[in-house]
Amino acid sequence: MYRIVHYINQFYAGIGGEDHADVGPAKMPQVPPVSKAFTAAFKGEAEVVATIYCGDSYFAENTDKALNEICELIKAENPDMVIAGPAFNAGRYGFAAGNVAAAVKAQLGIPTLTGMYEENPGTDYKSKTIIVPTKNSAAGMRDAVAKMAPLALKLAKGEELGPYYVEGYMYTGIRKNLFEEERGAKRAVDMMLKKLAGEPFITEFPMPNFDRVAPNPPVADITKAKIALCTSGGIVPKGNPDHIESSSASHYGKYDIEGVQYLTSETYQTAHGGYDPVYANADPNRVLPVDVMRDLEREGKIGSLHRYFYTTVGNGTAVANAKKFAAEYAQELKADGVDAVILTST
Amino acid sequence: MKLELGLIHVTDVQFGPESKIEGSVVYLNEEEIKKIVLEDETIKSVKLDIARPGESVRITPVKDVVEPRVKVEGRGGVFPGWTHKVDTVGEGKTNVLKGMAVVTTGKIVGFQEGVIDMVGEGAKYTPFSKTVNLVLDIEPVEGLKQHEYEKAVRLANLKVSTAVGELARNITPDEVKVYEHDTIMEGIKKYPDLPRVGYVLMLQSQGLLHDTYVYGVDAKQTLTTMIMPTELFDGAIVSGNCVSACDKNPTYIHENNPVIEELFAQHGKTLNFVGVIITNENVYLADKMRSSDWSAKLCKYLGLDGAIISQEGFGNPDTDLIMNCKKIEAEGVKTVLITDEYAGQDGASQSLADADVAADAVVTGGNANVVVHLPKLDKVIGHIEYVDTIAGGWSGSLQPDGSIIAELQVITSATNEQGFNKLSAR
Repeated sequence: MYRIVHYINQFYAGIGGEDHADVGPAKMPQVPPVSKAFTAAFKGEAEVVATIYCGDSYFAENTDKALNEICELIKAENPDMVIAGPAFNAGRYGFAAGNVAAAVKAQLGIPTLTGMYEENPGTDYKSKTIIVPTKNSAAGMRDAVAKMAPLALKLAKGEELGPYYVEGYMYTGIRKNLFEEERGAKRAVDMMLKKLAGEPFITEFPMPNFDRVAPNPPVADITKAKIALCTSGGIVPKGNPDHIESSSASHYGKYDIEGVQYLTSETYQTAHGGYDPVYANADPNRVLPVDVMRDLEREGKIGSLHRYFYTTVGNGTAVANAKKFAAEYAQELKADGVDAVILTST
Repeated sequence: MKLELGLIHVTDVQFGPESKIEGSVVYLNEEEIKKIVLEDETIKSVKLDIARPGESVRITPVKDVVEPRVKVEGRGGVFPGWTHKVDTVGEGKTNVLKGMAVVTTGKIVGFQEGVIDMVGEGAKYTPFSKTVNLVLDIEPVEGLKQHEYEKAVRLANLKVSTAVGELARNITPDEVKVYEHDTIMEGIKKYPDLPRVGYVLMLQSQGLLHDTYVYGVDAKQTLTTMIMPTELFDGAIVSGNCVSACDKNPTYIHENNPVIEELFAQHGKTLNFVGVIITNENVYLADKMRSSDWSAKLCKYLGLDGAIISQEGFGNPDTDLIMNCKKIEAEGVKTVLITDEYAGQDGASQSLADADVAADAVVTGGNANVVVHLPKLDKVIGHIEYVDTIAGGWSGSLQPDGSIIAELQVITSATNEQGFNKLSAR
């Protein structure tokens, strides 16, 4: 018999509505009807052994504290998996359920599952836990339990869930490789025939919401500005001392160019594996234009060139990594009083 | 336009005193092959080897893979513009040595690419673990620049593949496949009620060892144009790529373009296969805009209902893919895209460098960032020391025990974007 812990809010715990939403986390003396509905759906294979509740206001106002308390209570029950909700379209309950499910999975390493309406803000956690779409009100409880219970049981057994469109949970955005029955070209032609006929088809890669960055206003007085050079073109000191990868870079380098008038092939090179390195190695200024920046500095056309340059390899590097690198060194650039940055690629 | 492909099923390749084909075995005189390679004065030496499916053999770094073919009837010869003079191919009869390939290796560039494992985990991902591979390990003369070396190795493979293909000239094929491409008028008359489907084949042309050649012409220097699908089966498109092995098309895959094969399979049944548009993937914005404008214009002009678009490479060409998609959809032509993904080792990052809502039908060749562990194999053909620096490897990828921990990216054609494989992602 697999052990399951259920997380719910004060309303489903029978304590009360909005006026009781400030109660802190606790274990219920007995599992309530909503938890029993799950136990019934497990048909003897699993049981909800404990139900933990917390008021939605308390959770929203003391999120970190509440999470710690809830994780402790859950850990003490030693469950095989944890169900949170379903929260339907209740926004704060959805926020709590998504948060608890994500934290239990990340901190305790226990599989989790929640359910909510697709417009609930708690669906922001869909990449961090499994979220089953439900109807928008508690009238959909029976349907939600019927959809959630089989997945909860699989997770309790330690089984890997199939793809989202087969199992019926929300798209997580976490990409996993798999082998198909047919080769890609055949799948493309089949998809085309369906699209042309107006029949439903499932794209293998749903397009993400793209992160578009609006350009900053122009630099007010460029002749006074301190300007830094940053590159994804892989220019590094000769020998690539920090071993920046030729593709899928895991880190970036920061190098001092105080007094360096131009880069030479004896002292610098590219670590980038995505292009013929001959021309970049022969004259690294082609990718990181230190020579031209020094000219402009001497001519008074810019204020000064910043003492450090930041560099990585853009080739196949995950956007999440690139974002992380820049978020880090942008703070340093700000702290160093840099007014503008020239970013070069390859 | 009608082309008959005569397939000769090859089960083994062996070195012997005389170059010939007997039954399903190809015998090659080693000295004859070496002589062909060494005609090029930029090549210092060449070592030959044979790698068979199931053998404990790793080939790396891989430059190109070519399938030997020979034109038996009809105009021109295979690889026009290279080993035969320029003349329109794609009609008549061509014999194919099915089941073998010619693979080139060598210390090609600073970061040379590609691993082919004939057995084990890596073999699951590369199509070339299933072919008997004649491997040419080519060493250049001192001081040869990377791009000159690439050219020498590319030519050596095409010349050897042509010579090996010649052995099949008078062999009766085991199997004949007929591909008949209707003209625009014939197609309209024969299949007035079927949806009109075209294929937009994107060719890698970023330059600096990311190049593709059409009848000998560098695709960078081309405008978007049309090619007859059967021309590819005669080697009209040749790879000049050296970088990021998982999703660049080796010449072998152009010769066996799977989208063209699948569209031919449905032609006259569920759709009318109207034609193939080839378009490049240059790095400059003006080139990208011009090339995608022309793709959309040709799709509209051909009166297509749908177009399958296949990408080559990743990152920069993602923008070409999305431009093609948006502009072609804007002409009222429905698109299906074939791409692959760089979603990070954990699969949580953004897969493509560009995106648009118009791209609502996408087939993927898988996430190339996924980490694979390739066991130590008994024999290495080529140069194992480059594993740490190839795209997809890192310092320490080559383990002390001889195994390799690296991204799928290192494996030749693992996430091919012409849909050659069954690998996908969700």
